Amino acid sequence: MTSLSTAGLLDVESIKADFPILSRTVRDGRKLVYLDSGATSQKPRQVLDAEREFYEQHNSAVHRGAHQLAEEATDAYESARQRIAAFVGAPASELVFTRNATESINLVAYAFSNATDKARQGVALPESTQRFVIGPGDEVLVTEMEHHANLVPWQELCLKTGATLRWLGLTDEGRLDLEGLTSLLTERTKVVSVVHQSNILGTINPVHEIARAAHAVGALVVVDACQSVPHMPLNVNDLGADLVAWSGHKMLGPTGIGCLWGRAEVLDSMPPFLTGGSMIETVFMEGSTYAPPPQRFEAGVPMAAQAIGLAAAVDYLQAIGMPAIAAHEHALTQDVVAGLAEIPGVRIIGPANTVDRGSAVSFVVDGVHPHDVGQILDSLGIAVRVGHHCAWPVCRRYGVPATTRATFYLYNGLDDVTALTDGIHEVRRFWGVS
Amino acid sequence: MQVEALYQEIILDHYKRPHGRGLREPFNTEVHHVNPTCGDEITLRVLISGFGDDMVIEDVSYESQGCSISQASASVMFDLVAGETVDDALRAQEEFLHVMHSRGEAEPDEEILGDAVAFEGVSKYPARVKCALLGWMALKDAVAQAAAAHEEELD
Repeated sequence: MTSLSTAGLLDVESIKADFPILSRTVRDGRKLVYLDSGATSQKPRQVLDAEREFYEQHNSAVHRGAHQLAEEATDAYESARQRIAAFVGAPASELVFTRNATESINLVAYAFSNATDKARQGVALPESTQRFVIGPGDEVLVTEMEHHANLVPWQELCLKTGATLRWLGLTDEGRLDLEGLTSLLTERTKVVSVVHQSNILGTINPVHEIARAAHAVGALVVVDACQSVPHMPLNVNDLGADLVAWSGHKMLGPTGIGCLWGRAEVLDSMPPFLTGGSMIETVFMEGSTYAPPPQRFEAGVPMAAQAIGLAAAVDYLQAIGMPAIAAHEHALTQDVVAGLAEIPGVRIIGPANTVDRGSAVSFVVDGVHPHDVGQILDSLGIAVRVGHHCAWPVCRRYGVPATTRATFYLYNGLDDVTALTDGIHEVRRFWGVS
Repeated sequence: MQVEALYQEIILDHYKRPHGRGLREPFNTEVHHVNPTCGDEITLRVLISGFGDDMVIEDVSYESQGCSISQASASVMFDLVAGETVDDALRAQEEFLHVMHSRGEAEPDEEILGDAVAFEGVSKYPARVKCALLGWMALKDAVAQAAAAHEEELD
């Protein structure tokens, strides 16, 4: 499909040709410069074709019926699971499909609150499920750089159960303050949930080190990998976590599908989240028993077309190669960080170098509100995200109301970095701060 | 650049030199509103006097943090409603809301909106409408609370 050229960069022009949307114009004929893949990535024709082919040739409700279409749809869905699981080094039986990463994390938080509710009602729980029963005196540990999706579900869990939420703070450089880790981790810590790569700061966290320390006190370890699975080679076994959540739409896949990987014995010990059809083993009027994972966590007719589209996305990424994609983004990140450093009055919020950082780069332009930065960039055809990026506490930590964020992917080239830096010069000219 | 239709001179002037800014005493009610999509905030106070049709907004004072559109909109709003009757202020609020939700299709009533007609262009940028409305929604909330408390005092 493409090959590495000099300086570790991919052949962006041939990749772009696979993404129909990247050839359109915006705002009165401006060429689109898409720097918002951290919010959602664009989709190659191969993904769109896979979904279309499913609907045109095989559409049927998965895991129901015995007719030919039902067989084909089920095979396609389960093949997608197998390919997506293999992409992160896992067996298919350890991959649960959800609606998005937010639902994946809620699924885990609800495993805790549902187990706790049942225990309070005197329901006998298997011993392996007891670790999901929490209450006053127990603690949940997150970090100050979590996306709201990996913060609010844990706040809710604590409100419902009486457990206490604690968090690791951040350094001025935009990294986790790991010095606090040993005092925060105690035998009271029941779950540690941490982001692998910050969606706002770009920081890549030492998840393995945190997981090892968390396991030493017996805590369950959850990782939000939304910004890492799409951008770097990742084997879930190497992370050292128990559960890993990510979304499909940020990795060239369709919206409406997310993933939750869980170590087999962990998934097996978790009570269900959503209940209904497909997730049961037997049903009587008096009560029901549940299917083993992953089916236990997939109630209702699943999102087959999206799973098939996501598997096509995984095939596409693998054909290019995740190490090559990571190298490409690293080269772009070097260029962005250096380019922004040269513009007066521009400050990066997050690591200002390329050590342990991904290609999500947030910045502020002195004297111009991020909304007004984004509006001028938009008028030039440059799509960035402005706001708090669903990480409001991070903005507070660094004393900014919001940031402008540019995020890069395999279809962005050095010309997009130049468009961004030229655009910021125009922003400063327009607002009279240059 | 098309964006200049959005950032009209009047808006930029109010942004650079906002009118009525700062929290003042006395006041009847203070409200705090945020725009959850971007984190912009406003704290707004109103002081009212009189009753019924003669109820007047004696002062509107505010502290806010946000983009040019939200800052300028609060400043223009101050000019329009401070010293006016509550009825007139709420009529202006409704007209502004109507224009903001028009996607550029409304014909703003300059009699009612004055300088605020400059915000017509904002309605073509749906993501910015909430910025322009931040101060106005805070005003509506504060006036409703102040009026209710004020009427209660009368009883």
